[in-house]
Amino acid sequence: MKRIGVFVCHCGTNIANTVDCANVAEVAKDFPGVVYSCDYKYMCSEPGQVMIQEAIREHNLDGYVVAACSPRMHEPTFRKCAERAGMNPYMVEQVNIREQCSWVHADKTKGTGKSIDITRMGVAKVAQNEPLFSTTIPVTKRALVIGAGIAGIQAAIDIADAGYPVTLLDREHSMGGKMAQVDKTFPTLDCSACILTPKMVEAAQHPNIEIVTYAEVEAVDGFVGNFDVTIRKKARYVDVNKCTGCGLCSEKCPKKVASEFEMNLGTRKAIYVPFPQAVPNKPVIDAKNCRFLLDGKCGVCKKVCPTGAVDYEQKDEVIVERFGSIVVATGFEQFDISKYEEYGAGRIPDVITGLHLERLMNASGPTMGKIKRPSDGKVPEKIVFIKCVGSRDEAKGRPYCSRACCMYVAKHATLIKEKIPTSKSYIFYMDVRTAGKNYEEFYARTQNEYDAQYIRGRVSKIFQVGDKLIVRGEDSLLGRPVEIEADLVVLAAGMDPQQDAKDLARTLGISYDQHGWFTEAHPKLRPVETHTAGIFLAGACQGPKDIPDSVAQASAAAVKAAGLLSKKELTAEAQTAGCNEAYCSGCGLCVAICPYKAIELKRISERVHGGTRERQVSSVNQGLCQGCGACSVACPSSAMNLKGFSNDQILAEVDALCQR
Amino acid sequence: MRYGLYPGCSASGTGIEYGMSTKAVARRLGIELVEIPDWNCCGASSAHNRDHLLSIALPARNLALAEQAGLTDIAIPCAACYQRMKASERAVADAAERRDVAEVIEMDIKGTAKARSLLEVFANDLEPETIQKSVVKPLKGLKVACYYGCLLVKPAELAIDSPENPMMMDRLIANLGATPVDWAYKTECCGGSLAITRAHAAVGMTAQVLKYAKLAGADCIATPCPLCTSNLDMRQKEAEKVLGMELGLPIYYFTELMGAAFGLPAEELGINRHFTEATALIKKPVAPAPAER
Repeated sequence: MKRIGVFVCHCGTNIANTVDCANVAEVAKDFPGVVYSCDYKYMCSEPGQVMIQEAIREHNLDGYVVAACSPRMHEPTFRKCAERAGMNPYMVEQVNIREQCSWVHADKTKGTGKSIDITRMGVAKVAQNEPLFSTTIPVTKRALVIGAGIAGIQAAIDIADAGYPVTLLDREHSMGGKMAQVDKTFPTLDCSACILTPKMVEAAQHPNIEIVTYAEVEAVDGFVGNFDVTIRKKARYVDVNKCTGCGLCSEKCPKKVASEFEMNLGTRKAIYVPFPQAVPNKPVIDAKNCRFLLDGKCGVCKKVCPTGAVDYEQKDEVIVERFGSIVVATGFEQFDISKYEEYGAGRIPDVITGLHLERLMNASGPTMGKIKRPSDGKVPEKIVFIKCVGSRDEAKGRPYCSRACCMYVAKHATLIKEKIPTSKSYIFYMDVRTAGKNYEEFYARTQNEYDAQYIRGRVSKIFQVGDKLIVRGEDSLLGRPVEIEADLVVLAAGMDPQQDAKDLARTLGISYDQHGWFTEAHPKLRPVETHTAGIFLAGACQGPKDIPDSVAQASAAAVKAAGLLSKKELTAEAQTAGCNEAYCSGCGLCVAICPYKAIELKRISERVHGGTRERQVSSVNQGLCQGCGACSVACPSSAMNLKGFSNDQILAEVDALCQR
Repeated sequence: MRYGLYPGCSASGTGIEYGMSTKAVARRLGIELVEIPDWNCCGASSAHNRDHLLSIALPARNLALAEQAGLTDIAIPCAACYQRMKASERAVADAAERRDVAEVIEMDIKGTAKARSLLEVFANDLEPETIQKSVVKPLKGLKVACYYGCLLVKPAELAIDSPENPMMMDRLIANLGATPVDWAYKTECCGGSLAITRAHAAVGMTAQVLKYAKLAGADCIATPCPLCTSNLDMRQKEAEKVLGMELGLPIYYFTELMGAAFGLPAEELGINRHFTEATALIKKPVAPAPAER
């Protein structure tokens, strides 16, 4: 019989308030195999762990159960604690009496009873535990960064500076992401391009960074340290090795279409670079609009290209490469304002979004930096801003705050006043949230020195009368309706996840929330990690973020990624599946169900009645197995067992609960 | 096509033209409207302010009667009636509410009868070609401001169309050959509930609706709501005083415009009964009045 210890944690008052911890410890003394049991205020603390280690030595324990918080939180802590006392770390079971008892039961009797039950189950399981030993796996010392906006660029540069090769991938033709579209940045008002494009160039020229634009991740196989990533490089119809970026092709191209980069306020050609400072500065042919690709006529770009770089025959190229770690930095999309029909969004041309205004203010934008309204090119005098459009609005399915809008509206109001000194800005707001460094000061200056009038209340309606936009809302501080005749209305549209964020999450095997933002492993303690080892998050793909936050998080993700790459080898999961070949009939169900492609069938020969016989059994690759347990469930003959969660262990728990 | 009909009180009172034109147009389109036998008040203006059970039980009785008569889709011309009937239909989908209601009205409700707005029936159930085929006198050049009011589109869970920019009636009117104007007051309140208690406030709100229809260049307004129509039509003179501008906007039920386009005479549709002169815009009929079936 194993000698088992039980340690009941109070978690301060988190558990002790609704669970009688002393009683749990007392009752546990009588469980089969238990030779020592106690309770303590904080088991995870230093004195708590010392207490456990002393008990292990003093009572010569073979294993122990700690009844505390979620194993997701502290299982590694208590495993390490056992290891320091010379016990195999897998002889520890953590049962959750916090999330599963104290936090969900208001009634102390119920909470205590349930805690006793699940502790009893834990004890029964420990009695069945066997020591497990980890193996090691090699690390491919290369990182992949998906998304080359400011977050992706920063992460790539930091990993590259740490000395590891990085592939920086973007599905657009150029690096830069949303920040490239922005005119100036708050709270310093430095030109966005002036701080972004040098970073783009730095990344492009870094000896450790390979830039792959106009490409998408199609599939990800493998596991931490060894991801095999399938990348589709889309056809640009331009040979980037021959192209010098002279721009003659775009100049001569006869086809003009609305420019996505200019938010459809300007035009581009069918062969184009999205903006003047694009990196790489090599054009792409837009196959949907190219006359030659559509109906074989034209071909001007090919004729004028001095280096013969235009290649209408180019095809997509699919490559598979191995990376040790992946940083996801795919960013956000601006909320689609047409959901606000009351604002005439999409119907009234002079109701625009923040990103439209950025382009109108930008010196290299469609109006050369002159703010003109889209309908008739007039310079607006009265400008109304509406905040929280697509943010903090349950009715539109966006309950979250977009974090950047308060500040970018203040920035817009400041810049408009500088460009049009006679203008007047009105800003409808619900709250003003300026939590960053120097943000509040910036906001105060917008009000005091730039004469922006803040009106607290929601706008209910915008409509056009003549060439004026009537903006009707409420001033909730005055308790009165207000109506403003404006020349231009700017909606501070919030942030949405990328439309296909969920697809990418599934490809990568990471999780996302109900809106499509990627979720971190722990909101406070593991903010840049995902639940999938080796995959990290940077920037607004995880939730709305401004530039400083995105950059900070990108550096954090880079450290995590580089830290992983710096290891000679990784410790593989010890709780992997194993096959009992004596039971295995070789049916192959586990092969089909394994999400990590970790199981294959092999042939073994065995001696039967004096002769030998060949048969087929399954075999688990310990490096690939992630310990999910799907195979154990699928196996019809119970040959597959997940170490640490074997059928016998689970049944022991069930028996313990049923036989009380 | 066969529909149940819940005419509501207005069809024979303040909105008699609505009742007349509804029947005339349905007849012309070959739609059979079967009046719910022994129908009662829907409780629109006051019941929901007094008592929740009363407010859902009154319409529920009508729905139960319709069920017993084997009617599934109940066409409801009045916007207020529609909203109360729809609210009741939704409420009794809940088993507990249904039990309470069944006890009060002493009838079972299975939920087979669905409340439908007459506008929705004409605009969505009929193919545009069906309407166009019946048009003998297209309303060419007539600029119409389609005014939905609040009851058909709010609250959003009972709405027949977008609460902010509904287009259903605009499409229907366009099929009659008229030109719907784009305007901002489609769903703004006309002040109906204050019409008697605080008349000056109501007139102020009505005046805004009329003003923006006029500014949008409309020749007339089309509505699916008897209460809105009373306000916009009857109080137009007062509104002119408030606004200091001439209006002279005929207020038609959308069914009247359908009838006019179908070539039915103004008297058959009730167009001669309006407060604000409305016959001039509708030129001579080309078809004789359809015979009562």
